Amino acid sequence: MSAPSGRGAEAAKAQPYWNPYLAGIGIGLVLLATFFIMGRGLGATGAFSAFLVWLMSLFSTEYVTSNAVHSGYWNDGSPLVVFLVFLSIGSFAGAALSSALAGRSGWSIGRGPNISPIGRLVLAFFGGLIMAIGSKLAVGCTSGQALTGGSMLNVGSWTFMIAVFIGGYAVAPIFKRQWL
Amino acid sequence: MIAPIASHAGLTDTQGFVAALVLGVFFGFFLERAGFANARKLAAVFYFYDMAVLKVMFSAIVTAAVGLWALGAVGVLDLSEIYLVPTHVIPQFVGGLILGVGFVVGGYCPGTSVTGMATGRLDAFAYSAGILGGLAVYGETYPAIEAFTQWTDLGEITFPDLLGIPRGILVALVVIGAGLAFVGASKLERAFASRRPHDLASA
Repeated sequence: MSAPSGRGAEAAKAQPYWNPYLAGIGIGLVLLATFFIMGRGLGATGAFSAFLVWLMSLFSTEYVTSNAVHSGYWNDGSPLVVFLVFLSIGSFAGAALSSALAGRSGWSIGRGPNISPIGRLVLAFFGGLIMAIGSKLAVGCTSGQALTGGSMLNVGSWTFMIAVFIGGYAVAPIFKRQWL
Repeated sequence: MIAPIASHAGLTDTQGFVAALVLGVFFGFFLERAGFANARKLAAVFYFYDMAVLKVMFSAIVTAAVGLWALGAVGVLDLSEIYLVPTHVIPQFVGGLILGVGFVVGGYCPGTSVTGMATGRLDAFAYSAGILGGLAVYGETYPAIEAFTQWTDLGEITFPDLLGIPRGILVALVVIGAGLAFVGASKLERAFASRRPHDLASA
């Protein structure tokens, strides 16, 4: 493996990220292959729904099967044996492989210089919570709606995508201490 | 027409799951290569000094959109057999707004949090726990908002159907629009370069 030259001492450890257009074309080809093979696109939220349903079923299958949302992921008692769960397991492995090859793996917390580690973890938790609700309302997230529906020219997906940027830019000034 | 393969030649469940695993490996690999296992890189799009999110997202959409159109036009892929999420204008707009807020607060989306966890980001683990919490909350509140989620239902509808304009022309417009957005994004990056936190490498 040849390290890219001409960068500082820090870069000798971790390689720089790819050109964004190159990475984007790669993701676009994966998406296209998914359509071609499966007749559907990518997704991520559904894997979390499936995992939650499996987790809940360890305590009460009755709760899962009687809930209007969760019962949709019960899959006759095998909530984890679905396309999106395998896709997420694959993407976990692919990201682990990529980061290991690039010297980018290791325990860390991604945060700006002006927020404490605990503060960042608390915001990350609530960010995930908010996003899950938005994603259920929109019936998809950045993968399932923006990428998948966007490339199919799905009307709801483009509506969704515009709203994501409006929502994000509207509150970005409030949360800038977390990132800048 | 030979594709989608799943509905033409047919796939067993096991073949579908193996395909999902392999496709997922490439998906996660490219996401990590883009820097999307890193919440700071993702959140940067909202502060203009690094617009990689926009560049990656739209080059992916353009690539897939052009490919779908081309494969459909030459009669290899039947686009009508591809699963579409039905459009509900208002709930999807509101869902998008909420999701955008969650993006800035949490720094990931569900897909990128998986890649974040894979590279050892503890904030991605906290974020993923939050997703599970949010899904549980949604399950409890759904009966109260069920009518809202079904509001402004247009069914499965794409812009070629809605506008009566051929897909090829709309895809060309998306390509042009993305090109303009890329130029604008690079200008913003230069204009806001001073916002880049000092502890971040300038790559």
